[in-house]
Amino acid sequence: MIPELGQFSLILAFCLSVLLASLPIIGAARNNVLWMSLARPLTAKVFVFLGLSIGILAYAFATDDFSVQIVAAQSNSLLPFQYKLTALWGGHEGSFLLWTFMLSGWMLAVSIYSKSMPIEFVARVLGVLGVLCVAYILFMLATSNPFMRIVPLPPVDGSDLNTALQDFGFIVHPPTLYMGYVGFSVVFAFAIAALLSGRLDAAWARWCRPWANLSWAVLTIGIALGSWWAYYELGWGGWWAWDPVENPPLITWLFGTALIHSLAVTEKRGVFKSWTVLLAILAFSGSLLGTFITRSGLLTSVHAFASDPTRGVFILGILGLAVGGSLLLFAFRAPRMKSEFGFGLVSREIFLLTNNVLLVVAAASVFLGTLFPMVYQALTDDLLSIGPPYFNMIFVPLMMILVLFLGVGPMSRWKRTSTAYLIQQVAKAAVASLVIGVVLPLIVLFEFSLAATVCVALAAWIVLTIGKDISNKIANKESVGKGLRSLSLSYYGMQCAHTGIAIMLVGVGLTSYFSTERSVLLNPGESVELGSYSFQFEGSEAFRGPNYIGDRATILVNRGDYLLPSLYPETRIYLASGTPSTEMAIDAGFLRDLFITLGEEKEGGAWTMTVYVKPFVRWVWLGSIFMALGGTVAAADKRYRRLRQRKSGKDKEQVGSMQPSAI
Amino acid sequence: MKPHRQKKLSMILFITAGLSVSVGLILYAMSQNINLFYTPTQVAQGEVRAGQRIRIGGMVKEGSLVSANDSLQVRFETTDYVHAVPIEYEGILPDLFREGQGIVAEGSVDASGVFHASRVLAKHDENYMSQEVKAALDAAGVDTVNHPSSLILPES
Repeated sequence: MIPELGQFSLILAFCLSVLLASLPIIGAARNNVLWMSLARPLTAKVFVFLGLSIGILAYAFATDDFSVQIVAAQSNSLLPFQYKLTALWGGHEGSFLLWTFMLSGWMLAVSIYSKSMPIEFVARVLGVLGVLCVAYILFMLATSNPFMRIVPLPPVDGSDLNTALQDFGFIVHPPTLYMGYVGFSVVFAFAIAALLSGRLDAAWARWCRPWANLSWAVLTIGIALGSWWAYYELGWGGWWAWDPVENPPLITWLFGTALIHSLAVTEKRGVFKSWTVLLAILAFSGSLLGTFITRSGLLTSVHAFASDPTRGVFILGILGLAVGGSLLLFAFRAPRMKSEFGFGLVSREIFLLTNNVLLVVAAASVFLGTLFPMVYQALTDDLLSIGPPYFNMIFVPLMMILVLFLGVGPMSRWKRTSTAYLIQQVAKAAVASLVIGVVLPLIVLFEFSLAATVCVALAAWIVLTIGKDISNKIANKESVGKGLRSLSLSYYGMQCAHTGIAIMLVGVGLTSYFSTERSVLLNPGESVELGSYSFQFEGSEAFRGPNYIGDRATILVNRGDYLLPSLYPETRIYLASGTPSTEMAIDAGFLRDLFITLGEEKEGGAWTMTVYVKPFVRWVWLGSIFMALGGTVAAADKRYRRLRQRKSGKDKEQVGSMQPSAI
Repeated sequence: MKPHRQKKLSMILFITAGLSVSVGLILYAMSQNINLFYTPTQVAQGEVRAGQRIRIGGMVKEGSLVSANDSLQVRFETTDYVHAVPIEYEGILPDLFREGQGIVAEGSVDASGVFHASRVLAKHDENYMSQEVKAALDAAGVDTVNHPSSLILPES
């Protein structure tokens, strides 16, 4: 009976979203305040009923109600409790409910934190989000009902959660990624509302920015968590594989990054308006594309859910309507958004435009590389794959150019900057970063390496130009402390995120070029050398976990005469499904990770295993944390909340100001 | 033409030129990095040039897996139940690699018809068959839906 209540509540949520999708938008078009003011209460109700629905589903998972089809398919009575709960998003139906619930959460947040916006705008934003809700819930009810029962004979026990998913990463990665993904729906709704109303000005950009920054920050963390999880769970020591399911979040992220920069120009200078709107549509399309790829059965991977052609067609329909409809609206309305091209060829506008072009080209190249094999297969029935070298070949040079501009951009001024001024500002930093790039790797590695030099020099370039910019900004203040306090939160957010790029760059570069690995067969007592480390295999023993049996090997690690913590990699066989799985052992460090995976047991207690030394790999995720922190800090800037007092002339003064301020 | 129009036009031309150059480069990079997929039958019939990097997919033939006891060398055959291709690989096979299951291997064929794999992929989950494997079996006329082997297509 309880699961039926969940479904009932889902149907109620559907009816309410139909109202939300129609009345406020019509009200806004006809200037009917009563209908517009329905948006907020309806949003709250949709949130409550979707929450009730997902709560009931979680209850079915927690209480092992195997009469519910997806509980029987994704859970098992032996499963540890935290995985029973999270098994909810271990399959297509449950994860889509989570996705929709996340959307309603963002909607609720918009309805609460939009007090300073005009009611017709809020009505349109929430109405557009309501349309998405309608589509998503209809999709669930029509093709993938999470509350489907197995009648008349429910199984005694469930068939278990995919063993690769029984891990901490599974608890945190999907919700975070979804939250970031869905956040871009909010920005999309802002863009559509602007197109509908024809109002696209600096104030619009200012309303939009904190939401874009926040979604971007959450998506950054979501992608980083996925990368970290793949690194320690999938067991081949990689943190990014250019896999077709990893790419759509990255595409969304790249469009999102372009968007948050373009929004800055729209807010401060009132230009790039239609471009900003287009980026918002593109970022949202990227998130839908991700859903489509994983849920349509186009792919087979850990991310792909059991496929059903009707679902693929349905999602393709949503994708086509949402993207096609919004682009059509854009085509009709965008020409009305007049932007004055009042800036010179060397100006902050141009630097940000360069940033946007580079990011969009990068996103397009990833998009082509991801979609080409699928389109090719659909057209010719032949299969092909595009390897990581393609992506590296395009992506790496683009990002290097981007980093070069990143150093100069924040120092440039709006409208016009003299080239001589810029060169004078960054010349010292350029020389210094070159020197650091050459010398630092020499000291650490005792040899010259071009890759290390380029990475370190570029990272130093970012850090030094940030330092220079901050010192410029506080130069005229009475004291350093006062100067630092006078800078805005959004400025700090920007510099924090840019520092994150420097950190990530070091991590990505050094770990890509200097990681080493060796696959060996070791008898107990034997050891293998890798770099300056020695790994000695002591032997293995059988053990039993909560829902699996396994073997655990003991490996002593030495560096010279110095004994490091021992490593205990495992192989497991999960009892419910009989699936084997390897658990690697990692000795994580700030400067390097040591990483061992077990293969299989041979005669006489010998084991095959692969050992890896991965320098600076943690910096990849550390950099992401800085970026996300930067996005969050920028979103928390006071000026986004202080809107009502600023409606007067002060506003104009701010927008017209030529002072280089935070973007 | 008014000056600001001119500026706008030159900007649009600049962006278009930049985009076309990058699209050209993207297509070039793509053409250099495509791995075509072949079925065991195609490989056995010599459709693949020796040394060309390809992907091959099929089932691991029952009883064909031989792994050395003193090294990481393994040898097995992949089959679409019409033809089988011997594969040699040095390294640790994925968790879900088993005889009678589908795999995809990346590598190249040598002159004697042995496939040297640089990477072997097994499916991630018990319930799913990789598209490549399914395509290979379909091409060979094997009924993937009702095939007696342990590989089952996604249900539900």
